[in-house]
This record gives sequence, structure tokens and C-alpha cells, in this order.
Amino acid sequence: MPSLSRPLSFVRRLTNVCFIGLSGLAALLVLAPLGAIFGYLVYKGIGSINVAFLTHTPRPVGEPGGGMANAIVGSMVLLGLGSMIGVPLGIGSGIYMAEFGGGRYVNFVRFTADVLNGVPSIVVGIAVYALVVLPQQHFSALSGGVALGIMMIPTIARTTEEMLLMVPNTIREAALGLGIPQWRATLQVTLRTASKGVITGAMLAFARVAGETAPLLFTAFGNQYWSLKPNQPIAALPIQIFAYAISPFDEWHRQAWAGALILIVLIVVAVAAVRVVTSRGSMANNA
Amino acid sequence: MSFHVPIPVAADAQEHSKPAAAPPAPRIELHSSKINKYLDLGFRYSLLLCSLSILAVMGLFFYELTSRSKLSIARFGFGFFVGSTWDPVAGDFGALPFVYGTLVSSLVALVLAVPLAVGVSVFVTELCPRMFRSVIAFTVELLAAIPSVIYGLWGIFVLVPLLHNVVQPWLAKTMGWTGLFGGPAYGIGMLAAGIILAIMIIPIIASITREVLVAVPQSQREAVLALGATRWEMVRMAVLRNARAGIMGGIILGLGRAIGETMAVTMLIGNRPEIAKSLFAPGYTMASVIANEFSEATDDLYLSALVEIGLVLLIVTVLVNACARLLVWSVTRGYSARNNA
Repeated sequence: MPSLSRPLSFVRRLTNVCFIGLSGLAALLVLAPLGAIFGYLVYKGIGSINVAFLTHTPRPVGEPGGGMANAIVGSMVLLGLGSMIGVPLGIGSGIYMAEFGGGRYVNFVRFTADVLNGVPSIVVGIAVYALVVLPQQHFSALSGGVALGIMMIPTIARTTEEMLLMVPNTIREAALGLGIPQWRATLQVTLRTASKGVITGAMLAFARVAGETAPLLFTAFGNQYWSLKPNQPIAALPIQIFAYAISPFDEWHRQAWAGALILIVLIVVAVAAVRVVTSRGSMANNA
Repeated sequence: MSFHVPIPVAADAQEHSKPAAAPPAPRIELHSSKINKYLDLGFRYSLLLCSLSILAVMGLFFYELTSRSKLSIARFGFGFFVGSTWDPVAGDFGALPFVYGTLVSSLVALVLAVPLAVGVSVFVTELCPRMFRSVIAFTVELLAAIPSVIYGLWGIFVLVPLLHNVVQPWLAKTMGWTGLFGGPAYGIGMLAAGIILAIMIIPIIASITREVLVAVPQSQREAVLALGATRWEMVRMAVLRNARAGIMGGIILGLGRAIGETMAVTMLIGNRPEIAKSLFAPGYTMASVIANEFSEATDDLYLSALVEIGLVLLIVTVLVNACARLLVWSVTRGYSARNNA
């Protein structure tokens, strides 16, 4: 017995405490920038948001006032176009991978989707420029939407697949056993069972591309004026923030902060909503 | 058995009595089953088309970038990556300063991010009280949700003054002898870009690391603890050792992100195509030269040179991501198989 209860050597205890402390310190250091960014964003942004900012278009340098109304609406248009492309294609390929999977083809698609997810957004910008802007001869909202849509596909496909794979096989068998054709069983039973997770994936992809700037630089291009035409350049919140942030004018810096605050609020609300929905779902599953 | 019986019964009833709604029912069933056969096929093939779109996008990326950069590839060949002059007016393009800037800024980011990301993951999965786990994990996820352009904005107005006034003078005084921290300190430059990249890739490395740490079987931890190991020894011997391939995958994934990151770096690195030893000096990366000059590139050769840089970015990130995925898959999928063996 005495040999078992021998106290730990001092060195071992010291390293233990040191490394536990260091990993705690790492956690603090990781959380610190987040606090700093959000704190500063709210502090600088709140003071600059007013009715004019939300309802007016940009004014020329030197003139006070003006806002980003066209950029906010422009971002919505781009995200709408992107979702129209990305959501159906993403969910469709997710269903295919989950329901007709197992083969070599599906493995290859899954792998390609993961790799596509890591392709830099600026490269997506160039490719869409070559694919849509060059044939069209000018920058357009449509090309911006295509760029965002392409970026949404792999994320949505992979989350849809994962969510569908979590649906128990007994549910599929029950549906088919009732004599329902496969397409209806998949859409109305399997997909419906997983709908919460699929929506979560779509929202996360949406939040991710909402802040994308690089693929829009030479597709949507940005616009100082009102424009909702799909074949004309369109303003976007991230582009406007970028242009104002690197400008030398204080008034524009103020507006960049205000725009950034609005953008982040949109994104965080989307992510948090998703978090609430999914955590409720898992609680319901446990109960 | 019970499924087959009711059908003839229903058919019988239909012939002898004359109910209003019953007769069409079996007919519709028969009729629609043929339609459903086609619908099933159509459904399957339209989904197949959807999944083909992923392959098509990837293929188109390679095709477009290769065909649009032919001019530059033909003109400069391999010398493109060795030349260090970037002169659009003279039509002389060498990408070495951009390659250098991308490598150095990503390296700085990895050096800063890896210990922090692994540390926070170990803390969350192994050490911290259960109640804080999901809070910290969620907060780290939020870091990933912040758009690049907002990191850049924050970098310009908060990080750069901080570096310029406090960090860089201190680094120059204490570590100036290394040569890495010398010369004029503008604030913006390679160091600022590296730090912002580190903040941006921490959530990627941390989330993958957390995933693979959780995948380490509990029995491994218990075995090491039962032998009398301390908490840290358990983490080192049981957890980190088993998860190292996956952690490596997470790090490579973070590297891929750092290489292609555009906006925040463009806003902070100074955008000067020079190769300098000091991290204080401004630089330029492959992604940011595309962002800055692509829409201004007027002649074909200039555009083609920029597209070639994009092609290199595409190839490098595809390779990096493919490696990372294979590593992560080998851990999160392989561990149960290895357990059984």
C-alpha cells in the first residue's frame, strides 16, 4: 500500500500545473480578440448609425451625411441570387450523396466538395469573372450572385448529407414499406425529418457568404447609386466597407464602422438563431 | 401475407356492390406506379445533375484559369516564379515577391495560431469545467463567422496603431538582434498581416482539433490515468499522441485558409512588392495583388499574369486541402476501425 500512495514528484506536479495554466491562458488569448473586435465595433458603429445611414445613398467626399441604403439592399439582392443558385444545387447534391451514396462516385464528389470549400474566394471571383463577366462584357449583379451561389454549394451539400445520414434507416424503410415511391419518401419523409439540420446548414452557408468581399470585387463591382438591375453593377455592403476603410476620410471611416456593425449583426443573428434551433433539436431528441 | 389479401377483397367488393368513391382507387394506384417509376428515375437523375455541379464547378475553375493564363505561361514559363520585377507598364511580370509574402505571412500566422488553437482545444475538451465548454466553443465559432473585411477594418484602426506604438518598439528593443524585427515600424506590414491571419485561422484549427480530440476513445484516457499519470501527462500521452494526425490535418487546413485569405491581408500588409527580411516591412501577397490590380489590368498580358497567380493559388489550396482532408478522415473515421483491430 505505501508504494501506491507515494506523492507525485515535484517536477511532475509542476509541469502539470504549468501546462494546465498555459492551456487556460491560450483560451483567454483566443477569446480576447473576439471581445476586442466586438467591443470596438459596437462602440464605433452605434454612434454612426442613424436614419440617414439606413435610407440614403453615398454622398461625394466632403459632403456630410449619406448612407449605405443601396449597399444594404444590394447585398440582399446578391444573397438572394446566390441562394437561388446555391440552395437547390447544394441540397440536391446533399440528398444524392446521402441517399444514393456508398459508391466511388459519391466519395469523389464528397471529397471535391470539401476541397472546393477551401478554394480561396478570390479565385472564385476570377473564375466567375471569366465565366460570366467577360461574355457579358460588363460587371453585373448576376455575376456576383453566381459567385456567392457557387461558394454556398459545397457547404450546403455537406451539411445536408450529414443531416440526412443521421435520419434512422427505419424511417426510410417505413415510408417505402407503405408503398410510397422513392422520390416522395425521400422528399416528404427523410428530408422532412432532417429539415431542421438542413435549414441550419443553409443558414450557415448564407452567413458565411454574406460577408464575402473578394469574390464580389470584380463581379458585382459595387455601385455608388441605386441599382437593382441584375445585369448592372450593384452595391454590396462588404465592398462599401472595404472602399471606405482604406479611404483617407474620417467621415467615411465612421460609415465603414456603421456598415460593419450592421453586417456583423445580420451574421451573428443568423448564426445564433441557428444555434438556438439546433440545440433545441438535440434536446428534443434526447428527451 | 396480410398485404396481399385485402386487394382481391377490395376488387370483389367493387364488382358486386356499387359504392361511389371506391372503384377508381386501385386504378389510380396502378396508373401512378408507372408514373412513379419515371418520377423516381427523373428524381434520381436530377439529383445526380446537382451533384455533378460540384465537379463541374471544380473543372470549370481549372479550365478557365488555365486557358486565361496561357499568354503569361507561354511568355514567362517557370521564370514567372523566380523573377522579382512587377512592372505592368513595361510588361515584365515576376511573382516571386507575392509568393514570398504569401509564404511568410502564412508562416507567421501558423507560428502564432497553432499553440493557441491546440491549447484552447485541449482546454475545452479535457480540462475546463463542463459548464464553460459549450460557451467557449461557441465563442470560438463566432470568431470564424466574422467577415474578413471586418478583421481588416479592425486591424487598420486598432491593431496597427497598437503595433506601431507599443509592440513594435518593444520587439525591436528585445529581439532586434534577430534581424526579423528591424527597420522602420509603420504598423502595417508583414507582422500585422500575420497576426490578423492568426486570429482568423485559430477557429479553423481549433474546431478540427476539438473534433479529433473528442474522437480519441475514452478508454485510452482512463488507461493512462489508471497508471498514475497526472492530468497533463494523460493529455500528452493518451490524447495528443492519438490525435496528432488529425491535428496536423487541422493545421494544414488553417494553412490553406491563410494562403488564400484576401481582404484582411490586403488592408494590412502594405501592398508593396518587395522582399525584405524584417517582419516590420510592408509586403504583398498573391491574393492581395489580384484583389488590388485585377479590375485595373487593361492589357491581355497583365490580366493573364494575374490569372496565372490565381491558378497557382487554386492548385496550391486544392493540394493543401486534399492533404488535410485525408489526414482528418484517417483519424475521425479510422479510429474505430483501429480500435476493433
